[in-house]
Amino acid sequence: MVAMERRVNYENDLNLKATELRLGLPGSDEPERQSTPSIRNNKRTSSEISEELRSKSSSGVKQAGNDDHQDDAPPTKAQVVGWPPIRSYRKNYLQNKKNEAEGAGMYVKVSVDGAPYLRKIDLKIYRSYPELLKALENMFKLTIGAYIERKGYNGSDYAPTYEDKDGDWMLVGDIPWEMFISSCKRLRIIQGSEARGLGYV
Amino acid sequence: MRPNWAEQMSEDDEKQQSPPSDLEFTSNKARNCNATGSGSGHPEFQPPYPDQVLENVLENVLHFVTSRRDRNAASLVCKSWYRVEALTRSELFIGNCYAVSPRRATARFIRVRALHLKGKPRFADFNLMPHDWGAHFGPWVLAMARAYPWLEKVYLKRMTVTDDDLVTLAESFSGFKELVLVCCDGFGTSGLAVFVSKCRQLRVIDLIESEVTDDETDWISYFPEGESHLESLIFDCVECPINFEALERLVARSPSLKKLRLNRYVSIGQLYHLMIRAPQVTHLGTGSFSPLEVAGQGDQEPDYRTAFAACRSLVCLSGFREIIPNYLPAIYPVCANLTSLNFSYANINTEQLKPIIRNCHKLQVFWVLDSICDEGLQAVAATCKELRELRVFPIDANEDSDSPVSEVGLQAISEGCRKLQSILYFCQRMTNAAVIAMSKNCPDLVVFRLCIMKRHRPDAVTGAPMDDGFGAIVMNCKKLTRLAVSGLLTDKAFDYIGKYGKLIRTLSVAFAGDSDMGLKYVLKGCPQLQKLEIRDSPFGDAALLSGLHHYYNMRFLWMSSCKLTRRGCQEIAHATRRLVVEVIRSADEEEMGDSVGTLYMYRSLEGPRIDAPKSVTIL
Repeated sequence: MVAMERRVNYENDLNLKATELRLGLPGSDEPERQSTPSIRNNKRTSSEISEELRSKSSSGVKQAGNDDHQDDAPPTKAQVVGWPPIRSYRKNYLQNKKNEAEGAGMYVKVSVDGAPYLRKIDLKIYRSYPELLKALENMFKLTIGAYIERKGYNGSDYAPTYEDKDGDWMLVGDIPWEMFISSCKRLRIIQGSEARGLGYV
Repeated sequence: MRPNWAEQMSEDDEKQQSPPSDLEFTSNKARNCNATGSGSGHPEFQPPYPDQVLENVLENVLHFVTSRRDRNAASLVCKSWYRVEALTRSELFIGNCYAVSPRRATARFIRVRALHLKGKPRFADFNLMPHDWGAHFGPWVLAMARAYPWLEKVYLKRMTVTDDDLVTLAESFSGFKELVLVCCDGFGTSGLAVFVSKCRQLRVIDLIESEVTDDETDWISYFPEGESHLESLIFDCVECPINFEALERLVARSPSLKKLRLNRYVSIGQLYHLMIRAPQVTHLGTGSFSPLEVAGQGDQEPDYRTAFAACRSLVCLSGFREIIPNYLPAIYPVCANLTSLNFSYANINTEQLKPIIRNCHKLQVFWVLDSICDEGLQAVAATCKELRELRVFPIDANEDSDSPVSEVGLQAISEGCRKLQSILYFCQRMTNAAVIAMSKNCPDLVVFRLCIMKRHRPDAVTGAPMDDGFGAIVMNCKKLTRLAVSGLLTDKAFDYIGKYGKLIRTLSVAFAGDSDMGLKYVLKGCPQLQKLEIRDSPFGDAALLSGLHHYYNMRFLWMSSCKLTRRGCQEIAHATRRLVVEVIRSADEEEMGDSVGTLYMYRSLEGPRIDAPKSVTIL
């Protein structure tokens, strides 16, 4: 519902803009440089992982999706890097408070290597890792395998990873569930050799 | 390349820049003048005595000269004065750490007690620079360890400081007293721990808006036992839990403590205990301003109000990081004395603000979130007649959100706060009329930074560009030295700036202008321009080249996502060796032919630096 309203508002704005006489930079209204994880996220970058992310994830990562659980931004607009000019610390701080205040679930993006678009899930509706993993398996029609403590995931080509508050990519399942849902910012299911390299051979 | 050391190493932020000039005088001239007057000694060889007297006198006199600008001027008189000035300068300010090398600086100034060093340009704060770009403190601390055993103070802004650097700092200077790190990164709690344990004379440790890695070291426990000399302990930006018992003991044994700013891991209950131990504080950062757990019905809560009332010297209040507005009335007793109040992390609404602000008659500095709405700003305008600086931050830093503040709030402030000198205002909608009103009502404005968050947004009422508003600001605010523009702007706005902004030293431009003319107006018209930062505006090589005459007078030029090409930047680089021309590629950018993503250009005595990462090409 909310997403729909936002879309309507945006369309109104768009009309105004269309009739406006201006001499702006050509394409300046279009989505700017995408904000990628490799541009500093307040912590040391995991540039290799972000490298993977960019090449493997869909090119439409920040663009319009048909997903119902949209970001707050209207479909064809992407976030411009460094705009508005607020220091990341302050931006993140207030964003977190806003999310907490809204209390409307804990939606995180989920990407799967090779899938054309991302999904979003609400972490709050699951109560344990097995529940979450089962939901992911159903959503993407794949098998993740069994988690062996201290070893990793066994029996499949896929392994679930997540990005934590520090910007680091971690294997799902190592920390207690409660701690996980408060520090997980997004999920990524990796495939192939990287998945096998993550602990269990 | 003719060195102009005085210019390079002794920049002055606030005052006017002296134009570059070379040393023409020789010391012989001075000597001859004195020799004729002395009447003693052989006429053949130069008698040292009058020189010695002169230099002694000069040394004594120059001790009283503290302003950077005055010292710069003094050093240009003649070689003798240059030498004596270099001997007596105790505070060294370097506005761009790459403008001069540590070796050169320590060779010239040999008795420095305080260093003030700045690194990255401001746009680095907004993720527009690669993480590993540079501005390393390491080379500086090593050079100073050799050259300045009596170093007492270090102030760094936007530098990368490692744990090792902190250790070096602590181990190299036995009398070290003050460390201030603003917008710095690269170190963690373990480096801090070593630092505080070894600096026995430490008076000030201020960590402001810096990124501190949580190495899970309990750094607060590392302060040496026994009475401490601490006057200022600021760590509100440190995002990790703190050992409260150790903190309380530290505060209890720091009788000189005047400034204490806690991080959000300190609860209001803990704040209470600290306040009753340190009622002499003048600057207090209140931490989370909420309890650790929800207080039960029967729980005895401390009398926070009394604790605040006991702080009779409190003039500056900040923090409120996780505020529960119920507790806000506790600060009533200090409101009347407050000169500075920072609510910029406190999500409070108009009704919660009003009872507080109503009492803040002496307030000069006010930082707040736009959650207070236009009506909240009206309340501020009604009471805070002494207001000098206002910053309104957005709670939702999104282009498409609704902003609860608008031209209405700005107009109200302009009418109520006539002494305003500095304003930073984030909003989604604005009108020329309100900006023009401010230009007329607040003639003392020195800093005007308006950020209309939606890009290219015109006047919300008339639909016109915001040219006239900013035009009025530069025309009417005769003391203006810093300007940041936004909204829909044509070249006309820049024409105004070039014509009237004669004192402007810092200009920030984003998503503005139509053509090269915009930038040309500014480069031609603003002789005092020091720092020019531009992003996403249609200025190209021709405009860039038009400013060649001026760039050596500036600290830096930043242009990102404009219309520059490699060829154009190359031309600048070839035209003069006194400028370092850096082309920075952002990580996701391929080599897009000839076009340049980011240009960062600055004057330097040293030529290209050797510590640039792969994403930086120095032309």
